[in-house]
Amino acid sequence: MEQHLDTGASDYVKGFIVSLILTVIPFYCVWAQVLPDTATYAVLFGCAIVQIFVHFKYFLHMEVKTSEGQWNVVSLMFTAIVVLILIAGSIWIIYNMNVNMKL
Amino acid sequence: MQTNVAAHDHDHHHDSAGNKLFGFWVYLMSDCVLFATLFATYAVLESGSIAGPTGKDIFELPFVFVETMLLLFSSITFGFGMIAMKRKDVAGLKRWLKVTFLLGAGFIGMEVYEFHHLIVEGYGPQESAFLSAFFTLVGTHGLHVTFGLIWLAVGYHQLSTKGLNDNMSMRFQCLSLFWHFLDIVWICVFTIVYLLGVM
Repeated sequence: MEQHLDTGASDYVKGFIVSLILTVIPFYCVWAQVLPDTATYAVLFGCAIVQIFVHFKYFLHMEVKTSEGQWNVVSLMFTAIVVLILIAGSIWIIYNMNVNMKL
Repeated sequence: MQTNVAAHDHDHHHDSAGNKLFGFWVYLMSDCVLFATLFATYAVLESGSIAGPTGKDIFELPFVFVETMLLLFSSITFGFGMIAMKRKDVAGLKRWLKVTFLLGAGFIGMEVYEFHHLIVEGYGPQESAFLSAFFTLVGTHGLHVTFGLIWLAVGYHQLSTKGLNDNMSMRFQCLSLFWHFLDIVWICVFTIVYLLGVM
């Protein structure tokens, strides 16, 4: 039991340190402009996506092993699909509208 | 027989606790969709700054970096509080809740300062589509954090009057999900709004 509680704390610390690194990298890249624009975009989105997964794993303790955990993951995946359609669809539609209706 | 009933009661209780937590999770998922609509709005209006300023003109990276750190630190301090709660260490839980509250309040204080500063400079939400979308998206996140702080303060007070019972434990578990979720939303905010904005 004690062991289990201790791994809880080390999980948080692990997640925190990785998150810290994944926050500093994109800020540094944008601040110092060390990379070409395309590479910077890749670093920004890459770090953000990885950090979101890190938060889900170490802070929200999502797991796929228990059936309760699986329900959380299924609902999250459904939400992710809705979010993706919503954002990508909006950008696509408005972009085309802007391009085709330029005066 | 008696032990059976007790065991059954315990199971039942455990199930309803799991259901509550899952119900709260589903609420968070719907909140995700709310934020997605605001992000989509921001994404399509971001270039609509007409004569007003663009992100490059008004965002200050060091300021945003400190905000980000405050929120990230508050995430781990809340995590330590949850570990103290599992150990039934009420004093430890209260201490970590206090630290979390201060960090969260610091974040909100900085955001209010930023908004106030922008409005005084004449860059209020009525200036351009970009600024409207910016204030709506970042403001909605800030409002969520503010309600998290109120919830935290109420929970802290109830901890003093009611002690740490199962009910309180459930409330803190839900709040912990809420708090970590808001930090995840902030990752998207600082990446898409601030970092892409100043590029």
